[in-house]
Amino acid sequence: MKLSMHTKVLAMLLSAGLFAGCSSTGETMDEGGYGSDVAAVDQDGSTVYGGDDQGGVSSSALTEEERMAAEERAKMEALRDITTFYFDFDTAEIKPEARDVLVAHAQYLANNPGRNVRLEGHADERGTKEYNLALGERRANAVQRFLIVNGASRGQIETVSYGEEKPAVMGSSESAWAQNRRVELVFN
Amino acid sequence: MTKRTWTTSHKTVAAALVALIMLATGARAELLIRITEGADSAIPISVVPFAENGAIPPGDKAANIVRDDLAMSGEFRPLPAEKMLSLPSRREEVYFRDWRMLGQRYVLVGELSRNGDRVVARYELFDVNQEKRILGETAAASVNGMRTLGHHISDKVYEAITGVPGAFSTKLAYVTLDTFNGKPRYRLQVSDVDGKRARIRLESQEPILSPAWSPDGTRLAYVSFETGKPAIYIHELSSGKRTKVADFSGLNSAPAWSEDGRSLLMTLSKDGNAEVYRMDLASRQLTKLTNHWAIDTEATYDHSGDGIFFTSDRSGGPQIYHMESPGAEPRRITFGSRYNARPRPDNTGDYVYYVHQRNSAFHIARTNLKNGEETVLTRTESDESPSVSPNGRMLIYATKQGGSSVLTVISADGGAAYSLPASEGDVREPAWGPIVN
Repeated sequence: MKLSMHTKVLAMLLSAGLFAGCSSTGETMDEGGYGSDVAAVDQDGSTVYGGDDQGGVSSSALTEEERMAAEERAKMEALRDITTFYFDFDTAEIKPEARDVLVAHAQYLANNPGRNVRLEGHADERGTKEYNLALGERRANAVQRFLIVNGASRGQIETVSYGEEKPAVMGSSESAWAQNRRVELVFN
Repeated sequence: MTKRTWTTSHKTVAAALVALIMLATGARAELLIRITEGADSAIPISVVPFAENGAIPPGDKAANIVRDDLAMSGEFRPLPAEKMLSLPSRREEVYFRDWRMLGQRYVLVGELSRNGDRVVARYELFDVNQEKRILGETAAASVNGMRTLGHHISDKVYEAITGVPGAFSTKLAYVTLDTFNGKPRYRLQVSDVDGKRARIRLESQEPILSPAWSPDGTRLAYVSFETGKPAIYIHELSSGKRTKVADFSGLNSAPAWSEDGRSLLMTLSKDGNAEVYRMDLASRQLTKLTNHWAIDTEATYDHSGDGIFFTSDRSGGPQIYHMESPGAEPRRITFGSRYNARPRPDNTGDYVYYVHQRNSAFHIARTNLKNGEETVLTRTESDESPSVSPNGRMLIYATKQGGSSVLTVISADGGAAYSLPASEGDVREPAWGPIVN
């Protein structure tokens, strides 16, 4: 299971182009001793291998790849620890700093078709409740579109807006408002 | 109490401040009025304690209720009973010279008596300057209905003096939020306009929003998240029977009744974007009234009953629009700032009230629909959910006070104010019910 996760992450990294120029064939990986788990890679992400065979890689290179993959996996997992995304007042624009994290989530969903996520959209307390409900939905929809564009499928995503009803932080300060204008990803 | 001065467009008036405190007692939670200040511009009136004849139930008496109602309106300044020189209960006992000396414009006198299981009030209202009776009536209510009787008399007195029907017999719906067993507790409640006789109609750990009265006052439409997502329900108050009328994917929000009570405006996003729809309640058939990539929501019928006001951010930020008839091109109403939302027209068709951002604060403002003039009515800074009284004279809205949400009532021109804080937690989403005969 652990290996399977590992290889899926590898496939994900390949699809993200992080291993550009280092792609290899299934057979080569077989040689590297991945065993039956490699098949899972082929099934899950056969497109990532393409026809651009650079020839086999040596086992030592694979070890290096493995190390890098582990590193990348840790990085992606760390990215996925972030599940809350913030917005400016009365906007639903995804901030530049959120993009890498959302890409990691999208690719996780792409590689785990069995997982679903609920996007909960929120607004700060300012303005009206009903407009804020619509604004929370607009934010959740923006995240949904981003995830789909980056590989998640529509069926994995459900959205709900709570408007200003469920603040993350109580209080009426700029800081509280900033923390309340958000979309939360809740994995089932 | 400190005296505050409120500056409205041209005149300066002193505020009548009345505090309503919510007391949570078991299953019931009531809002209590505390009058802290009278208004300088208010009309002096003496509500003389009514004489009693027969077994009158203990508790608040009709005259006390009338006195408090009139004070609460901000338009009257009742004389405290201890300052009265006499306590007449009928015309023969009224010495106009005494009341003139006390600076009174009107005197209300009366008598309560018992007739079987009913309490009967006979009352008369006098104009002190003209030395003339301007109102005289006998009214009755069940022995438990002293408040009903009192509010009825308030309505009659108010109308006799101002020419506008009183709204003291109407109801308020609102939502309270506190914490119970570590979980949020939302309660939809209905009370008299003075906060008394509150009854809980719905309790949920999930948000309850946007209560809206049917025109006949028998039903409430509202949004409840009780299933984890928003849905619109209609709740029949006499039976407690509930019907879920809108549970589409996405938003189901902002219900508003048509004048005939047969259809609801609502915001749905089932086709991907927040649009205003009309639902015929008998057939559940939907008609899409707006069609724009922007957020369109918070719709309400206008004075004519044909057109709608709604909020849209099609210009970049939320603004109020008016659609004269279904399908007509919406016309933008508000231009004064970058955030104007949740329109509520009054019964005269002269004004529309809404939430208005000025600098960093959110106030309640109104626009005169005849000349487009906008007036900011409130000094509080986190205002939302304006609801106009059915006689157009007062406005209730939610604001923040000491970190909690409270309800505040002001006169429709912004002149007088009182607030209704909760002892614990929040009280929010007020909806002023209709006048029901």
